[in-house]
Amino acid sequence: MGFFLQLLVQGLSIGCLYAIAALGFVMIFKSSSVLNFAHGELLAIGAYIFLVLAVWLKLPIYAVFILTFLGSFALGFAIERLFLRPMIGEALIEVIMLTVGLSAMFKGLILFIFSGNTYVYPSFLPAHLTLRIGGIAISPVYTATFLITATFLVLFGLFFKYSSQGIYMRSVADNQVASLSLGVNVRRVFALSWAIAALVCAMSGIILGIINGINVHDLSKMGLKVFPVVILGGLESIGGAIIGGLIIGLIETFVSGYLSTSLRDVVAYVVLVIILMVKPYGLFGLVEIERV
Amino acid sequence: MRLRLRPCGNYKERYEEELPIFETDFGRLCCIAGLVLLFFVIPFVFGHYGLYVLNHVGIYAIATVGLNILIGFTGQISLGHGAFFGVGAYTAAILMTRLHVPFLASILAGGIFTAVVGLIFGIPSSRLKHLYLTISTLAGQFILEYIFVHWKSLTGGTEGLILPKSTIFGVPLRGDRAFFYVIFVFFVLFLWVAKNVVRTRYGRAFVAIRDNDQAAEGMGIPIFRYKLLSFAISSFYTGFAGAIWAAYIGSITPEPFTFGLSIEFIAMIIIGGLGSITGSDFGATVITLLNEFLSQAASYFMNVKGLAGAALTIAPLREFFFGLIIVLFLIFEPRGIAEVWRIVKSSFRLWPFSY
Repeated sequence: MGFFLQLLVQGLSIGCLYAIAALGFVMIFKSSSVLNFAHGELLAIGAYIFLVLAVWLKLPIYAVFILTFLGSFALGFAIERLFLRPMIGEALIEVIMLTVGLSAMFKGLILFIFSGNTYVYPSFLPAHLTLRIGGIAISPVYTATFLITATFLVLFGLFFKYSSQGIYMRSVADNQVASLSLGVNVRRVFALSWAIAALVCAMSGIILGIINGINVHDLSKMGLKVFPVVILGGLESIGGAIIGGLIIGLIETFVSGYLSTSLRDVVAYVVLVIILMVKPYGLFGLVEIERV
Repeated sequence: MRLRLRPCGNYKERYEEELPIFETDFGRLCCIAGLVLLFFVIPFVFGHYGLYVLNHVGIYAIATVGLNILIGFTGQISLGHGAFFGVGAYTAAILMTRLHVPFLASILAGGIFTAVVGLIFGIPSSRLKHLYLTISTLAGQFILEYIFVHWKSLTGGTEGLILPKSTIFGVPLRGDRAFFYVIFVFFVLFLWVAKNVVRTRYGRAFVAIRDNDQAAEGMGIPIFRYKLLSFAISSFYTGFAGAIWAAYIGSITPEPFTFGLSIEFIAMIIIGGLGSITGSDFGATVITLLNEFLSQAASYFMNVKGLAGAALTIAPLREFFFGLIIVLFLIFEPRGIAEVWRIVKSSFRLWPFSY
């Protein structure tokens, strides 16, 4: 029973990571229906900005957070402006392949600058965030993850539901041409959604970095792990991303706990294939009527 | 018989006249000259290393022609072709080492088995639009990679397999030149098949699905069947190329068949030109040469004193260059080198009155 509980808590925490990693992905998909294959690299870039500011420049921690967020927000804008804007109006597959290219580019660049080593952040989370449930201690990182995930979930839910920018984003995702003709500034929507997504990615990257240390290879793998998560949850559902993340996290931990550790990396993709065959729109995804 | 060279205008009156592969006898002559050059001159001019590079170009060209049928003509992205290449390689290797199947039969089986595996991962695309095939092939990539590494009794795990010497009808294939002929005979054959597939009913159905799947369905094209067909053809090509590659290299490990290889294939067809059979060959050539150039540069720096550090930094730059090339081509010339080639050709044709 103790082992089971241990796995449960571990699975939920990993699940939270997946969930938070998936948020930025859903953000981009919701506003531009682009599958972002450079997601893992966005996580990595955020994490490395944080690393440079916190470890190399030794700035105070709140300044590091603020600067990282500002930096990644600007980076999101820049990526959109430089690479995505010329692609407006092109076929979707070309945009998706562009993100594949971006991912290889960023990964190569990060490897070039930082090499493939694992870096560790200084610890800065207050110790009193440690929770105890039934004899199992939950470290402050995981508590912080739970809190941050919940906050982001609420914020994004509200943002997409009530704010005008959020509604613009949904309309652009639904039909670019129609929203253009209704006067939505599609360019601004794209720019903003990439900027926000980059910010969220930076947040996720930092959390991942605190827990596992940062390593480009791990983070870019994480970026691809997002796919099972979002497919399970439904591509355009933020709540779905959270639930999907938790489920995938649990499945992975239980499989590696009870069956075999080596299956850990692949089980998510097996789940992905099964879901695509059984319930392709995921748990909370919008079911499109056109089935072509 | 009079040779038909380039007419001075467009005199086509019927649709059939749009269809021929060679519009003029000039093109046909060039093709024959190219084949003669390919089979009777090149193998004797180039040394071992040149042939080694050319063989890789040929193998990758076969694979990318297949991938281009899927991505360029049918509009379905696959991120699993790196692993499919591996499936072909492993199938041929296992057949040759364990069951002592002859070379030609094994590579054919490699292609066919890869097509079957491809179909399994292609099934989800039946129900949904393009995005989902991409994701399911991504899953396929990782699941297959896992199988290569962990099904030790079959694939030899990380140690891999060592293939016996290949023979064709009792004649042993030795050295780069022998393989050059094998590879390029198949290359020409497959190019010819692909060229013909894309201008028949099937190819036009693929293009219709790419351009507007709803309209295609409205015109009576069974989309599901054609998408799967396209996927099967493309995995067959890639698997076949993988099988030849395994026989050529002589030993295989799971290492090369990663997600990175899938991206390399995509880079090849984007650079060459989406939806162009000849373009895929350009792309395969450029990427293979770039690869060789970078690895040569790395080994050169390795041997120069004080620059060994620079050699290590070149390796990640390879990935960076692939990414950069993909991005730049997509933004500035989405139709790839094939389009550049066409523009160059037509500017010669129209000179001096180009418009």
